[in-house]
Amino acid sequence: MSNYVINHLKELESEAIFVIREIAAQFENPVLLFSGGKDSILLTHLAKKAFYPAKIPFPLIHIDTGHNFPETIAFRDALVEKLGVKLIVGSVQEAIDKGRAKEETGADASRNSLQIVSLLDTLEEYKVDAAMGGARRDEEKARAKERFFSHRDEFGQWDPKNQRPELWNLFNGRKNYGEHFRVFPISNWTEMDVWEYIKLENIDLPSLYFSHQRDCVVRDGVILANSEFIKLKENEEVVNMTIRYRTCGDMPITGAVESEADDLEKIIEEIATTRTTERGGRADDKRAETAMEDRKKQGYF
Amino acid sequence: MDYQDIELLRFTTAGSVDDGKSTLIGRLLYDSKSIFQDQLEAVEESSKSKGFDYVDLSLLTDGLKSEREQGITIDVAYRYFATPKRKFIIADTPGHIQYTRNMVTGASTANLAIILIDARKGMLEQTHRHAFIASLLRIPHAIVCVNKMDLVDYSEDVYNGIVSDFNAFSSKLGINDIQFIPISALNGDNVVNRSENMDWYQGSTLMYHLETVHISSDHNLVDCRFPIQSVIRPHTLENQDYRGFAGRIDGGVFKPGDKVKSLPSGFVSTIKTIELNGEQISEAFAPMSVTMTLEDEIDNSRGDMIVRENNVPEIGQDLEVLVTWMSSKPIQARTKVVIKHTTNESIGMVKELKYKIDINTLHRIEDITSVEMNDIARLSIRTAKPMFYDAYKRNRQTGSIIIIDEQTNETIGAGMII
Repeated sequence: MSNYVINHLKELESEAIFVIREIAAQFENPVLLFSGGKDSILLTHLAKKAFYPAKIPFPLIHIDTGHNFPETIAFRDALVEKLGVKLIVGSVQEAIDKGRAKEETGADASRNSLQIVSLLDTLEEYKVDAAMGGARRDEEKARAKERFFSHRDEFGQWDPKNQRPELWNLFNGRKNYGEHFRVFPISNWTEMDVWEYIKLENIDLPSLYFSHQRDCVVRDGVILANSEFIKLKENEEVVNMTIRYRTCGDMPITGAVESEADDLEKIIEEIATTRTTERGGRADDKRAETAMEDRKKQGYF
Repeated sequence: MDYQDIELLRFTTAGSVDDGKSTLIGRLLYDSKSIFQDQLEAVEESSKSKGFDYVDLSLLTDGLKSEREQGITIDVAYRYFATPKRKFIIADTPGHIQYTRNMVTGASTANLAIILIDARKGMLEQTHRHAFIASLLRIPHAIVCVNKMDLVDYSEDVYNGIVSDFNAFSSKLGINDIQFIPISALNGDNVVNRSENMDWYQGSTLMYHLETVHISSDHNLVDCRFPIQSVIRPHTLENQDYRGFAGRIDGGVFKPGDKVKSLPSGFVSTIKTIELNGEQISEAFAPMSVTMTLEDEIDNSRGDMIVRENNVPEIGQDLEVLVTWMSSKPIQARTKVVIKHTTNESIGMVKELKYKIDINTLHRIEDITSVEMNDIARLSIRTAKPMFYDAYKRNRQTGSIIIIDEQTNETIGAGMII
């Protein structure tokens, strides 16, 4: 500190808080998209820091697919209660009931893509002009080009060919009527940064992220939680496994990893030595065994 | 090693097609073990199917390549890697059409620029452009990588020739810190590991430079500048009188007890607390986001700036700026625009187009009637209200503006205040 240097986590924190404050200042109806996953929990934590001792001056929006882990919902409700922040729930079930969305059928049916309808409906209903999310540029190649302030036209579309250049820390949130922005304050964070910061700040996470025993089904190499939302196929059996989740989505589609990591220290250790990407999807999970090669031994993380 | 305590270095890679930039980035990621197994397998697979007998690391940036083939506009892509010493953010700006616009964007937040020169070709026109933009944007550090040394038999003479050519050109530019490194991105010579082919080179590797270059004085630590983003008023029983000014420090070192002045009001007060999330901060400096409270009740709002009483920025409505034009729509004199500067915003008028700079020769082109996409030009702008600014060379945050089209709301220009 005496050197007038801040470490990388503090610099990322500082940048994210600056962006969150810009959103609050530049828009009339901003919201925070809360999925219940670690990135949106981190974002909520940063928003709290940005405005303390005032409360977070915008609501959280959660698109509830109806297929969430019960742990996620319980965690969400406790967090909202603690922060005294407004929660708006957009319900996929409701969209289905109203005929706005059509449920997929078959054993692999998921409500993942149905979320979009509920999201856009909810944004429109609340006249949201800026929706901030916890997406990061290191997640995938297309996201590597995403802006902090990502402009959407009146149809909610992203035009990657015509993005506004972003220079210095000058963010242009000006828009025409009917347009809105998606804003990504933690764009520059990597998975490792997120975990290190969660540890540094001692941020509470749903128990799903830590090693636990669970009844699972292994489907196409992906470890899925056995639940009422999953229909067993022939030859599939329920196995009790020691697992944790690296990302948290809907129960029927979120793959777990076999893991003994039951605290943040061990999770960071595990990620440091993991050799597959967080978003590797099915391949990711298939390779869970080879994933444990020790990069750290070689002096790197 | 406690890797929570490492610094963040942002750098740009300047280069154009075929100079090995993608290979260099791939090499940095690969040799620093930042490539995940599944990514590497995909690249190995892809190299094999293309019939290469080596792993083509440039394919790690494949997302952009396929876009190039499809003719989609490519702009800045950001990539991340870390070593036990530092975390790095690469602003990767492909160098073809719209080159200037993209590189300026990437350069605006960079601590360091890597300038690639093909050893076989030496200094090209584009090298002049890269070096000029790095100096224009005041990137504090530059590393000139003379690449493809394997294709010139690792010749010291070739390398020395390029170094002296570059120095002859860059002496006009005023980049303070330039390092030269002979490399082969393809074979990995002097990228992360020392080359066994160039005994004559006594300097360090590229990675060593990236990990150790001194960046703590990249921010201005002298002139205290705190633009207010918003005012925090909790309106709760226990915090009825709380009035905190939220913002990010753009320069200098602020401490509780400091006498400060608020602009534009000119009111003087004393810093009561500097905090974040209720935690007290004893010294705040760039680029920290903080909340500041003052001893006196001063009616500050967004766009105002807190500075030291005896060190105030320029205050005025007439800005002389060097702009990079970013819009396909050219601009003429007497155009009304919106100016964004720190957290301040004002209507403005482009009063005069003074000259353009030919970025290949650095010559001025006078008597111009419009400024077009990718041009660098000097403009005079009049703002509707006073701005509080410093020269860009003194402070990259308080010395920069963006110009916004009043009708479309697009960002059309990036300006550095002279």
